[in-house]
Amino acid sequence: MTDATSQTRHIPDRLHSRLYATLRSWEALLLAVAVAIFIVNSFTSPYFLNAWNLSDATFNFTEKAMIAFAMALLIIAGEIDLSVASIIALASTAMGFAAQYGAGTPELVIIGLTVGLLCGAFNAFFVTVLGLPSIVVTIGTMSLFRGISFIILGDGAYRGYPADFAWFGQGYVFWVITVEMVLFVIIAVIYGVLLHKTNFGRAVYAIGNNPTGALFSGIRVQRVKFILFLLTGLMSGVAAICLTSRLGSTRPSIATGMELEVVTMVVLGGVNILGGSGSIPGVVIAAFVMGLVTFGLGLLNVPGIVMSIFIGLLLIGVIALPRLWTMIAARRAKP
Amino acid sequence: MSVIKKIMASAAAVAMMAASPALAEDMRIALVVKALGIGFFEAAAKGAEEAAAELGDVEIIYTGPTDTTAEGQIEVINALIAQNVDAIAISANDTDALVPALKKAMQRGITVISWDSGVAPEGRQMHLNPSSNPLIGNMIIKLAADHLPDGGDVAVLSATTTSTNQNVWIEEMNKVMGNYPGINVVSTVYGDDLADKSYREATGLMQSFPDLDAIIAPTSVGIVAAAQAVVDAGKVGQVNVTGLGLPSEMAGAIESGASQSFAIWNPIDLGYSATMLAYEIAKNGASTEAGATIPMGRMGSLTLDENSEGAMADPFIYDASNIDAFKSIF
Repeated sequence: MTDATSQTRHIPDRLHSRLYATLRSWEALLLAVAVAIFIVNSFTSPYFLNAWNLSDATFNFTEKAMIAFAMALLIIAGEIDLSVASIIALASTAMGFAAQYGAGTPELVIIGLTVGLLCGAFNAFFVTVLGLPSIVVTIGTMSLFRGISFIILGDGAYRGYPADFAWFGQGYVFWVITVEMVLFVIIAVIYGVLLHKTNFGRAVYAIGNNPTGALFSGIRVQRVKFILFLLTGLMSGVAAICLTSRLGSTRPSIATGMELEVVTMVVLGGVNILGGSGSIPGVVIAAFVMGLVTFGLGLLNVPGIVMSIFIGLLLIGVIALPRLWTMIAARRAKP
Repeated sequence: MSVIKKIMASAAAVAMMAASPALAEDMRIALVVKALGIGFFEAAAKGAEEAAAELGDVEIIYTGPTDTTAEGQIEVINALIAQNVDAIAISANDTDALVPALKKAMQRGITVISWDSGVAPEGRQMHLNPSSNPLIGNMIIKLAADHLPDGGDVAVLSATTTSTNQNVWIEEMNKVMGNYPGINVVSTVYGDDLADKSYREATGLMQSFPDLDAIIAPTSVGIVAAAQAVVDAGKVGQVNVTGLGLPSEMAGAIESGASQSFAIWNPIDLGYSATMLAYEIAKNGASTEAGATIPMGRMGSLTLDENSEGAMADPFIYDASNIDAFKSIF
């Protein structure tokens, strides 16, 4: 009898230690890049290590990151929303319109969030109820939402926002910590918990990996997707409030091209563009990487086009690296 | 890790190239444009460098976003505030959205002026206009009269009947007609800033007034269409097309002789003047109150109106002598 117990062998459920896996993870790689960029920036510009300057620099990514968290969940679930920047334009236009008629800050916030939610619901309806591909639907609504702003505003602008509305985009909670920075942290925590610690989060991964399998496992796939589109719309509403408050005015061209920066941030954060995998910490680090790179290069007065090239190289580099690594490892493993 | 190392190495290389060592006592003036890679603004930067060379103790930081967005310009402004530059001279993508960022710059002691495309008064100390309505109104009739020493009949080909700019310029032109005896404006037609309609209107003018000597088109669309109409009607040498146009689009008309000369602002002078003004305000504390006069080197001096705006000069005249130099610029 004792023989049998001595013969049972321990089969590990992972080949390497947890620490080894963490060190080799995407997040670790990205964090190393972020630290490296931070160090390089500190050496190349005497203005980089200054609390106020770093505080100003956070505006380069906070608004985009707020949307990126919701977008990460959506992309993990195998869908995408390219209309987010246009939702900002429409929400901002609606707020500006209300402000002309004397709406106060609380009303403006409610209007911004509501318009965001409605736009999200509009996208969700076409994707989940009519079953259309999200990339097609949101390319359409990208033109539609901004088009409505252009019809309302033309080449004009809304300016008359109440003075206390500036708090969201220009205010400080204490010392150099901006309101937007605090919002960014709160939203990051909420989405981190939602994705990694709840059944809803598991459902998102399941849908991204295998929608049919998820459906047969009892997950209400369409309802989860509907909620994800609502969340992306809602976050676009939050970003619209922050950006409008920071600019103190609204034009229909507000946030032009931001959708691609948001998607870049998500992909840089290690989210698989085909769905199924990714993490919120990854997106947080990616937000910092993009913010640090643009601010650091800005301090050196590097032309914007070089900055775009740099972000592009960074994206391709960080995506290609793990793939190269796997290929090299596979080749070495062969006898 | 090698890819990352390479990225970092190239980052360092970019950094070395970009961080040209500035002398500590140099005054740093940032020329912020709507977007990089636009010929007009590259020419303005050339003018700014000319001013810097003349002043001696100035370093020009020529910068701007990749796209013509207000958000992009705000990121640039934040980076300039962080570097604590001495002055920012900006051609704005948005009159209002830049105000909070530029206000912050002014609070940190940075001189802020706008040029070409302005910022709302609370976001800058002064604004430099390339020209003014009376100067433009006078210039368009002068261009026609200069080639008609014995007088003659001219017609105006405008944009739309409701185009504010063109209407004001034509009104200003009418005010100074007394200075050009013998010149008669026989008709004013509207091409709606559409190439084909402008072409038809220009052709119609030549048929209705066989003795027409010149067509004045104070619009960059109309002037090109009118020149083409004159060439197609075989009236080169009889009808002179003039007005406001872009050198790149008008080079052919100057070459064919359909247009003797035309005018538009000179971006080099604009960049030069903006730099001179920023320097005078930041270094010598020149007043930007209404009515103040600020010197700007070879361009004379600028007098500010009640909105702290000023007009640089007459529109610059382009003809066969200088078109080749400018046609590649804008």
